Parts: sequence; C-alpha cells; structure tokens
Amino acid sequence: MSAALTVRSIGPAAAIQDLGRAGFMSSGLTRGGASDPTALFEGAALLGHAPTCAALEMAGMGGSFEAIVDTRIAITGAVMDASIDGATVQWNSSHLLPAGSVLNIGAARRGNFGYLHVGNGFDTPKYLGTRGSHLSAGLGRLVAAGDQLPTCADTGTIVGLHLVPEQRLEGGKVKFIRSMQSGKFDAAMITRFTQTEFRRDPRGNRQGIRMDFDGDGFKANDQLNIVSEVTIAGDIQITGDGTPFVLMHECQTTGGYPRIGSILPADLSKVSQAPIGSKFSFELVTFDEGAAIQARANAALDKLPKMVKPLLRDVSTIQDLLSYQLISGAVSACHSPLDEG
Amino acid sequence: MDENHPMTEPSDTSTTWPQINTVGLAGIIVTFSAELSEPANRAAIAFRAAVVASEWPEVEESNSTLVSTFIRINLSRHNPQPIIERLQELVTSQDWLSAPLPSGRTLWRVPTLFGTDRAPQLIEAAELAGRSIAEAITDLSTTTMRVLTIGFAPGQPYLGTLPDHWNIPRQTSITPNVPAGSLVTAVSQFCLFPYDTPTGWRHVGATGFLSFRPNSEHPFPLSPGDEMIFDSVSEAEFLRIETRDQTGNGGAQTEVLK
Repeated sequence: MSAALTVRSIGPAAAIQDLGRAGFMSSGLTRGGASDPTALFEGAALLGHAPTCAALEMAGMGGSFEAIVDTRIAITGAVMDASIDGATVQWNSSHLLPAGSVLNIGAARRGNFGYLHVGNGFDTPKYLGTRGSHLSAGLGRLVAAGDQLPTCADTGTIVGLHLVPEQRLEGGKVKFIRSMQSGKFDAAMITRFTQTEFRRDPRGNRQGIRMDFDGDGFKANDQLNIVSEVTIAGDIQITGDGTPFVLMHECQTTGGYPRIGSILPADLSKVSQAPIGSKFSFELVTFDEGAAIQARANAALDKLPKMVKPLLRDVSTIQDLLSYQLISGAVSACHSPLDEG
Repeated sequence: MDENHPMTEPSDTSTTWPQINTVGLAGIIVTFSAELSEPANRAAIAFRAAVVASEWPEVEESNSTLVSTFIRINLSRHNPQPIIERLQELVTSQDWLSAPLPSGRTLWRVPTLFGTDRAPQLIEAAELAGRSIAEAITDLSTTTMRVLTIGFAPGQPYLGTLPDHWNIPRQTSITPNVPAGSLVTAVSQFCLFPYDTPTGWRHVGATGFLSFRPNSEHPFPLSPGDEMIFDSVSEAEFLRIETRDQTGNGGAQTEVLK
C-alpha cells in the first residue's frame, strides 16, 4: 500500500507548505511558503530531513489523520493539543504514528499556525517546481476531509525527540531596518513609530497583517505621489489612513503605499504567529546590526539538528509507571529544566 | 545615516537619480526616476537585462518594476557595499534613459472584443476620454502597448501608454468582478487580468488571453518590455476564437522583436 496519511477531518485553512518558490518575482509571483518557516526547520531537525521538505500547515485548527503505513511524524509551530489513538503526545516532538492509528490535532492554544511533518516530507504534486501552496496565486489548494496526503519514502527511523522552540507565539518586540522608502518619513515620525504600542488587528491574511494602535496615524511626505515599487515580505507598509500593514509571505510583488521599513526575516514569524490582540513594538536597528542578527538567526536554524533531545515522558501520562527504569531517565544528561512543551 | 555604519546604511534620503538603495535584507534596487516615464521604464528594463548578462554570483533573481531594477541578493550573507559599487559602475557606464530596449522581446497581437456586454464600460471610458466609440476602438486597438512591468497578480501586465486623452482616473467605486482575460483601462494604461478580479479600472475589452497559465509548460507568457496590440475583432470572430482556442492564448499571434 502506498504511504500516505488519510485526512479524516481538517480545520478550515490547512494547506501543504514548504519554503516557497523563488525566481518568479519578475512574473509577479512572490516566494510564498510557510507562514512560520522556523517551524519547518524545527520539524526537519526532529525528523532528520531537509528543511525544504513539505509539511502540512494548519491555521488555527488541526485535524484527524490516519496512517496507512507506519509513519514518523513531528509537530511544531503553534501549540495544539495532540493525541495518537487517544494518548496525549507532546508538541515540538517527533513520534511514531503506527499503521492504522489516528492522530488527532485540536485547536491552537498558543500561536496561529501549527505544522504536521512526516519523515522526508509529503509527496504532493509540485506547482512551478515545488509543493508549497500559494493560495493567493491559486497554486495548490486547501486540504479537505477525505484527502490522501502521500508521503515520500522515509529512510529515517528515529522518533521520540524533542526541541525547545524559539519563542515566537505571542508578539512582542520585532526588529526592523530602514529600507528604500524610509527617507520619505520624517525622523520624528519614525521615532514615534518605534515608541508606539501596536496590537495585531483581526484584519490580516497570508498577504498582510494590519497593526492597530491608539493615536495619530503615520504618514510619508508626498504620500500620494509614490510610484508602485517592489515589495518584500516583512515590509511595513503605511496605508492611506496611516495604519501599518506588515506584508507577509504571499504579498504582491509591488505596491503603491510607502514602506517605513522592513522587519528582519528572523522576526517575521512573530507577526504571523501572534494571536489577534497581541502587543507589538517595532525596534529600529541599523542595517549592519540587522544583517548580523539575521546571520546569527540563519546559523541557529542550521544548528537546530544538534539541539534535539530525547523526549522525556510526562510522568502523569505513563500508565504503568513501575515498568519503566526511572533511574536512567532521572539522570539523563539531556534534561533541562526549561525543556517543557 | 548612522554614523557608526557609514558604509552600508542605506542612502534612502538621496534626491539625485538614478538612486541605489537596499531593500530590507532582500536585495538592492536601482531607481531611475521619481515618476513613471517612458525613458525611466525603458531604462529599468534595459538595466535589468545588463544585470542578467553580468551573471554576478550573488544574484538570486532580478525584476524590473515601473521605474526600477530590483536585484535579489541575500544581504545577511553578502555585504552590499561591493555590489553597490559594481552597480554604480554599471549605472554610470552609459545613459540608461536613452538605452534601447533589449532585443529578443515578443510582440503579441491579441484578438479583442471591444465593448458589447462582454466589456460593458467602453462607452463610459470613451466619454471620459472625449472620443466617439469608433475613435475609442481605433485608439485602443492600434496603439502598440509595452509591458511596463508585471505584478499585482501572477503574470499580470501593466501596459503603457495610450494617447494623453486616455489619462482618465480610476473609478471611485470598485467593480466587484471582471472575468479573466479582461482588458481594463485607467491613467493611459491597460491591465489584462489573469483571474476574475475586482477592480477600479474600466472594463473596455474582452480577450481569451490569460497572462498566467499555471498548468502550462510556459506559465508566464509575458515579460517586461514585450509589446502588445489588441486587434479589434467582431463579436462573431471573437466567439469563433473562443471556441477554437481553449489554451489561454486566445488566438494571439507572436513575432520576435529585433
């Protein structure tokens, strides 16, 4: 039987995602890809495969999945309740989903986008060279109940690993650098922007997320006479009513609103994962500082495979405590007091 | 400019042209003018061709917008300064505002049905342009239009430019839906929509030409710098083409421009 997960039920906005497709900007197609790319690197580290492997991105709500063959899985990103055949399994971890067993993933408890990974990734059709859905461009589609999600042949065997995720599910401070249109904003306007507390607005999608705030709007000089220009994910665009919109991975390739600056890619998942109402502030760093911070973040992603630890079972979920060798667990060199879900 | 980082902090307050700026950590942009003009658009297209021909190893992809050339480079990996210096050299190597367009571009002749219930805003647009219906169709169907840039939706061209009297504003309300293949106009430009879409531009023509064909071997038929002529055809001819050509090409004919 070919390897696949059968989708028994699914939330309203789940789609196959990867790191997106580069190279089509001149044709009007942005890279797209997962809303929280860090979660793809974490899943890859847990399963020992490449971060380019396709995973299932679940916005707000998970689903119910039945394995056709024994399947290694990992679950990362927004924290959701998960169980295999009724037994709770830990988030940010890898597990074995035996043939015929059912994985249930519930609503997001923290963050917005949860990810289900399988060993070596899903083997769904490629569009323009890669599997990631680009929903605003009409590439790929939402996953529906009854779908079979084929999985690639898996050469790995190890499960039961855990990773402490980088904190990014509650908003907070995000760093940005000046970009090509920042000079259209007065220094005082930029300073006020960095001193304003913002809240994630309900208005938002895969193209952009609005930031709500109290007080006067922000404004570029000569705002109406700006020629449409290149936009990139992370740009902080100031719309006509003075409100910032953070452009996300499926943004358009050009836009006519001025950009006050651009959020570092390393901090963009904080924006996509923040629930509505999360507080944000924007910290301006110099170009060189931003480049150095981003380089360190990239290096940290590359190092994730070395950060995985054996999963320590929560004692309360172990039904037959006496059958376990508690000594070897208790002295595990890998244990960290911070290492909790 | 930050005094501690005088070398690489972007010069986003410059007022001379062309300007070279960093775009976040995603790349570098060369902008030829503060406003859209034919020479600035031509410069952006020609300069991009020169960047492509240079084959710099750091460049991941490039693009030309209305008045700029964008070069995608991972600036957390590559120091922008030496690349900016190379770009500066290329910028000053010739007068890009008088550079010819690159060769090898395509001229597309697209059979188009102007007006009728398939393109119901022709009459309104002609009135705004101060032209009779016959004059309007002549203007719209005989002007050779350049693909100024591609954007907004995948493959979607912005085409310029029509004679000055077609500098008509966008409508204040949004038309909830015009179908894929629609030719719409505002501000002396055309857009040709690859999908059904809401728009503030006026719907003057119908074509069977889709500028994004996701299931085709060549999903993006158009490139910036290509030229398009929207030949006026009768309703009967248009229906015949619609029946005959289901490929998304809409009966378009092409020739290579020298």
